[in-house]
Amino acid sequence: MSGGPARPETLDAAMITAWIRHTAELVAADAERLTRLDAAIGDGDHGLNLDRGFTAAVAALPGEPDPPGRTLITAGRALVSKTGGASGPLYGTALRRAGKAFGDATEVDAALLGRALRAAVDGVQELGQAAEGDKTMVDALAPAAAAYETALAAGGDLPSCVRAAAEAAGKGAEATVPMTARKGRASYLGARSAGHLDPGAASTVLILRALADVVGEAAG
Amino acid sequence: MVGLVVISHSRVLADGVAELARAMGVGQAVVEPAGGDSEGGLGTSVELVEQAIEAAQRGDGVVLLADLGSSVLTAKMVVDEAAAEVRAGGGGGEVVLADAPLVEGAVAAASMAATGADLQTVVTAAESAYAHRKT
Repeated sequence: MSGGPARPETLDAAMITAWIRHTAELVAADAERLTRLDAAIGDGDHGLNLDRGFTAAVAALPGEPDPPGRTLITAGRALVSKTGGASGPLYGTALRRAGKAFGDATEVDAALLGRALRAAVDGVQELGQAAEGDKTMVDALAPAAAAYETALAAGGDLPSCVRAAAEAAGKGAEATVPMTARKGRASYLGARSAGHLDPGAASTVLILRALADVVGEAAG
Repeated sequence: MVGLVVISHSRVLADGVAELARAMGVGQAVVEPAGGDSEGGLGTSVELVEQAIEAAQRGDGVVLLADLGSSVLTAKMVVDEAAAEVRAGGGGGEVVLADAPLVEGAVAAASMAATGADLQTVVTAAESAYAHRKT
């Protein structure tokens, strides 16, 4: 790492707003794919809905960065208001639970981010009552939190923990392909839902990839 | 009187269920619809749900009835927030999501609410709608 900037040990307010902005970019770029995935087993509006939701979340970001926790709660609220589908309350709850876990901290270290990720998973599972294997966003989100915790326990720094989480989300999402849905509209299809990537898991990957990108960029 | 809110993906469906429930509630039950997204398309709007709860709240609590997916998730989220507000000392009665079929549950809840029954009795009436078999 000679000559490069120091690896970030914390997330600050600017990185949190950058994360929301970058997520909105990735969702916008992938909106058509998400909608196509949703058309196969859902009601075919996931990309459109989430694009609208994250556009609203970006618009709600404060001009002068608030503390990270407050920013996530604000973004979560906007997301819920504008998304219109099930992903609104679910991602809104995830962001708000994570924001609450951050509390008033102005700098979020690796341990605190791990607790926030876990709080987000718990919030989503409480609200949606989905377990791993049900072919939902939980199949990407829960492995991401677990991988983060494992990387942290092994002494990983913030960038490596976040990268581990993003990779685990990607693997988790791929693993939804053969699953039969037990939640959401796809569950009405029964066995016909197998053979398709779950759109919620796919969008969860984008959110965690955005975080890994933002932290990775700060790491230089 | 306990108020009711009908949450559906479709504005037309929510309006229709509310109309039917009001009629079955002998014109006395307070039933507010929250249908569709904020632009009138299919979906769920947390703002419309919150406005409907406010309009249905008479201080004795509000029972939510929801159709599918995001309607149910939005309702549960709003219930959590209302509970947090009650704990924090905010005004207004309790907000509860009934585990009931939309149309039958709304009709049963409105009939019971019109008698002046308390919140739990109205919820129980809504949830008893599952027991009314059709064959």
